[in-house]
This record gives sequence, C-alpha cells and structure tokens, in this order.
Amino acid sequence: MTIGPEPSTVDTLLGEEPLDQSGAPKASAGAPIQGRSLRQIAWSRLKRDRVAMAGGAIVVLLVMVAFFAPLIVRLLGHPPNEFHQNLIDPALGVPYGRFGGMSWDFLFGLEPQNGRDLFSRIVYGSRVSLLIAFFATLLSVVIGTVMGIISGYFGGWVDAVISRTMDVFLAFPLLLFAIALVGVVPGEAFGLTGDTLRIAVLIFIIGFFNWPYIGRIVRGQALSLREREFVDAARSLGARWPYVIFREVLPNLVAPILVYATLLIPTNILFEAALSFLGLGVPPPTATWGGMLSEAVHYYQVAPHFMIFPGLAIFITVLAFNLFGDGLRDALDPRAR
Amino acid sequence: MTSPDALLEVTALQKHFAITKGTFLRRKVGAVRAVDGIDFAIRPGETLGLVGESGCGKTTTGRLISRLLEPSGGKIVLAGRDITHLSPGAMRPLRRDVQMIFQDPYSSLNPRHTVGSIVGAPFKVQGISTPNGTKRAVQDLLELVGLSPEHYNRYPHEFSGGQRQRIGVARALALRPKLIVCDEPVSALDVSIQAQVVNLLEDLQGELNLTYMFIAHDLSVVRHISDRIAVMYLGKIIELTDRDSLYAQPRHPYTVALMSAVPVPDPARRARAGRTRILLTGDVPSPINPPSGCRFRTRCWKAQEVCALEEPPLRPLAPGHFTACHFPVEPGETLRRS
Ligand SMILES: Nc1ncnc2c1ncn2[C@@H]1O[C@H](COP(=O)(O)OP(=O)(O)OP(=O)(O)O)[C@@H](O)[C@H]1O
Ligand code: SF4
Ligand SMILES: [Mg+2]
Repeated sequence: MTIGPEPSTVDTLLGEEPLDQSGAPKASAGAPIQGRSLRQIAWSRLKRDRVAMAGGAIVVLLVMVAFFAPLIVRLLGHPPNEFHQNLIDPALGVPYGRFGGMSWDFLFGLEPQNGRDLFSRIVYGSRVSLLIAFFATLLSVVIGTVMGIISGYFGGWVDAVISRTMDVFLAFPLLLFAIALVGVVPGEAFGLTGDTLRIAVLIFIIGFFNWPYIGRIVRGQALSLREREFVDAARSLGARWPYVIFREVLPNLVAPILVYATLLIPTNILFEAALSFLGLGVPPPTATWGGMLSEAVHYYQVAPHFMIFPGLAIFITVLAFNLFGDGLRDALDPRAR
Repeated sequence: MTSPDALLEVTALQKHFAITKGTFLRRKVGAVRAVDGIDFAIRPGETLGLVGESGCGKTTTGRLISRLLEPSGGKIVLAGRDITHLSPGAMRPLRRDVQMIFQDPYSSLNPRHTVGSIVGAPFKVQGISTPNGTKRAVQDLLELVGLSPEHYNRYPHEFSGGQRQRIGVARALALRPKLIVCDEPVSALDVSIQAQVVNLLEDLQGELNLTYMFIAHDLSVVRHISDRIAVMYLGKIIELTDRDSLYAQPRHPYTVALMSAVPVPDPARRARAGRTRILLTGDVPSPINPPSGCRFRTRCWKAQEVCALEEPPLRPLAPGHFTACHFPVEPGETLRRS
C-alpha cells in the first residue's frame, strides 16, 4: 500500500513563485496592496486543472449524498431495508424485469432474494464508507503529524525510537490483525454497541495502523524545515519551541499533510470495502459497498447489476479522491510533475 | 588583544559537532571541528569582517555568538556579561542585543507569513508593545530599510532577493540590537543589488549606532564595509588586523593567496601592484581531521618542517596586526607561483 509518490522536499511543496526580474512586487498600480498567499496561488492553479476539479466536484457530491442520504432516499427510493419480495421471481430469486428490475421506481434495480432497493443501499453505503475513511484518515493524520513533528524536529534518540516504531507498524500484517481483532470485539464495549461500536473499531484499526505513512512524510518535512533559516531567525528572537513548531514549522506542513490525507482517504475506502467484503465490516443489515459486493458474488451470472453498482460506487469514489489529491499536489507543488 | 571596552569578546571559542554512529547507543566516532579555538573582540560601533572559504566555520562562529549553538569550549562575553552557557530562558532578554541577518533570503523568511507578521515577530516573541502599536512599528521599520509600508500584507515570494534581504534587515533591527551578525548577507544576491544592500547596512550603522560582524567568503565585499578583518581557515583565525593594513600588507600566506584571487580589473595595474595571481592548489582539508601544526601547510608554498609540528600562534607582527604563521610573508617579498 503506497500513497502518492515519494515525499517531495519542502522546497518544492512550498512552490516558490517566479519573481519578476525588476524585483518589484507585482502590484497593480493604485490598487490597495494585499498580497496573494501561497494558498491563493495554489487555488488559482487548482482551478485551472480540469481533471482535479472534476474529481473534487465528485468528492463534494459524494459527501453531500452521504450527508443527505435519508432525504435522497425519501425522494428517489425506498427505505434501504424494506423488502420487496413481490418483485422477485421466486423461482430464480432474481428481480422481475430487465436489468435487475431497473425502473424509475427502483433506479438501480433490486437485490436478489429479498428485493431491497439497490439505489437506497448504495446511497446509504456511502455513509459508512466515507465516515470510516474520513475518521480513520483523521486519526492517522493526528497521530502521524504529532509523531512526525516530534521525531523530525527534536531528532536524536526520540527520532530513533519513533522511526523504529513506524517501521514496526509498517511491517505489521494489518489485515490479519484486523481479522483477529474484529473477531474478539464484544457486542458492547466503551459504552458503545452495535454498528457504532463496529464503526469505531474499524476507524481505530484502519486509522491507527496507517499513521506511519503520514508520520514519515511529516518527519521528513520537519527535518528539513528545522534547518531553514527562518527557524534560526525565530530562535534568535528568543522563541521557545512551541512557538517555533506552531508558528514556523506547522504552517509549512499543512500543504503536504492535506495532499497525503486526500490520497490516504481512497486507500482507506478500499480497505474498509475489503474488510466488509470479508465480513469484517459493519454487519448486515446495514448497507456497505463491500458487503454488497460479497453478497453479489453469488449472483454475478443471474444478477450482474448487483455487483456492478457497488463496484462502480467504490471505483468512482476512489478515482475521484485520487484525481483530486493528485491535482492538489500539483497545485501545491508545480515542480513535482 | 583583549580590550575592556569591547562589546563582544570571544576567547578560545570552539564548536565541535559530534559524529555519531548507531541509533540507540550513539557512539561518538569523531567530531567536525567547525570552530577550533578562536579569539577576537568587537568594539562598539565598528564592523568586523570575517572572511574565509566555504566550510571554514564562519556561519558556525556567527551562530555561536548569537547563541543558536551551544559552544563546545571557550568563552563569549557580551557587553561584560558571560553568555557562553546561558540557558535559553536567561538568554531570552539578551537576544535583543544580538540579532542576525541570514545568508539565504529565500530560506530566512517563512513563506507562510506576511511581511507584517515576519517583521512583527520580534515584538511578539519578546512581548514588547510599541507606543503606536506593532503595525505602525513594523511599517516604520519597512520604511527604514527602503521598503514601502504598504508591503505589510504581502508575502515573501512576491519580493525579489534584494527586497527579501531588506525584510530580513528590518526584522533584525526591530529589537534595536547593539550587535548584528550579518552572515553573507549579499552573497546570494545579484552583483548589481549587492551594493545597494551593503550601502543600506552602512547607512543604518551610522544612523542607529550599530556594531556589525560581517561574514563574507571573499575579500572584495568585506573590504568596503569593514573596519577590521579576520581571516579564517579551517576553524581558526589566521590573520586579524585593520582593513588598510590587511590590504596593504597581508602577512599570512593564505591571506596573500586570497587577496590575489580578488579580481583586479586591469592586469597592468596588478603587475604594478606587484601582485601575482596565486592559485590555491588542492582542496581544503577536512575539519574532521585537520592537518597537524599549521592547518594551511598542505596548501602553503612556504611550508617547512616546523609547520607540521608546531601550530603557529596568532601573534602581533605589528601593532594591531595579528598573524598565525611561522614564516609570515615579508613586505616586498616576491611570491613564487605555487
Ligand atoms: N549542524 C552541524 N552538524 C555537523 N557539522 C556541521 C554542522 N554545521 C556545520 N557543520 C560543519 O562545520 C563546518 C563549518 O561550517 P559553516 O557552515 O560554519 O561554514 P561556513 O564558513 O559558513 O561556510 P559557507 O561559506 O559555505 O557558508 C563545515 O564542515 C560543516 O560541514
Ligand atoms: S605556518 Fe608554515 S604552513 Fe602555515 S602558513 Fe605559515 S608558512 Fe605556511
Ligand atoms: Mg555560511
């Protein structure tokens, strides 16, 4: 599992703009002078990248779908766990009609056997996928950033300990561990039960074991940032280390962290789908894309639509995040191409 | 050369960077002797130039003086106070007195901060409130260094190298320091802009009664601005004297060689001045394992046996002219090409 390219150096991610040779700041005469920050420059670059913007639009759309799932389903579908066995051919177990019973009533057709609305289940499935992927990424980012900064900025034996810890984590057979852990989690723990508990466990497993990816990147960047003269400048003013870290180092880490977080999300979506596929995700009847895929395997000949829609959902989501993440990286780092 | 009225006095100052092996059990396998026992003093109001080739320890010296680095040995006395091993907390108020201007204007300004917040940082860090507010103070500083106060909200990447260096100067001036360590402040700039920045520094010195330690790697820049000049080689000061006597009569073979490398526009004039171009042969030896005795002996055309055995002390050859050499270059001596 790799995310993105090798971490590029801080300098390239800072994206120095070329200066005009007269040396004058590019000010329009008379206009009130308000500098363009690197963020604004990156945004204008991102806006010109059509592919990334398309990816970003799909990401926004997906987030809206997940957020407004109940509303969307009320308007366009049926409750996700409502059975429509009257629409299933009892002899074959597949929906009546062509293309798995696709119609204006059932946009993506019906599930074989029990006849649940596939559209509603795909829509609801996005909630689980995105929720777990987002929070797992957030967990990785928080742990990875803290550990990476400590490791890179302070160096010495602290760095040695943290770096070796990251190696251990990266060598960890995560999937096997997940299988084992999900198996032993009781029905009730930490005051959580049912799906909530399972989601929390999945977030923990995926997020906690992925932090070294972010950690390594942040460490490398912090290592090179602390050698920059503006850090010396702050120290020669008498700044203490929290000031240096929060005011001088961290603002320069936001861009790389954002990029790699965006690229970690699709990895986590795939991982969650894989766990669900293996029956280790959020258990039925809750709709998950991976869970649907694993059920669809039994019907792939008679009801291919049952496999196609969750597969497409995963594919489009992962692709959209990756396209957006790549575009974001290019926008923040014009020399990385 | 100790003078009681010195603003800064440095004795036997050393910085060795340990080279370690292994991650957990860090064994010390050697040391980079970046600065290896140097003495000098800076008087209030003067400019002491510090020259030497790349890697000879100039930046390390500057960073020791501004206490960004912990000295491995020796003593630093600032305005009568021993600051050699002051804790960061005890050093904080004294930081107002010593500031730095950095070598690389692209690395010395945080690209994520506006000019206003960069130049205002000294007030913030030191907790100083200015009568008309920080913004006003920053704008005054910008004006002082020849920038427009309207640049307050702009970002470093919108400025040229020379302008960035002015921003760095403004930041260094904010706390009204007594001493400013200028670490090759113009070597990253276009030649056409170098003079502007050097002139600015000179003007400010007169206006604000500043004392400079001016680091450079060639003699031409330092000649213009310095009152006295120290020449460094491989962690040591090998010659220290006032500017005129250094240029009129360099005594250390290394200084002579450096001097001959300073381009003189007209070859005829060079010949008249009796200057042959001496090319320094060979590489600078490693500061991890410097030559015994005189460190310059591996490249010196005057080297003799004693040079390998005894380290020449920095001693006065004329009043105020210190040279560390067993066989200093005599006035009128004809220089053999090496
Ligand atoms: N933090 C450090 N750790 C180990 N070695 C260092 C460190 N800083 C500097 N050195 C070494 O100390 C020696 C002196 O470095 P320094 O930066 O002081 O040279 P300099 O004279 O400023 O050179 P330049 O003209 O290239 O700036 C060099 O050999 C350098 O590699
Ligand atoms: S001491 Fe010897 S080797 Fe060193 S500079 Fe003088 S003559 Fe050359
Ligand atoms: Mg240097």
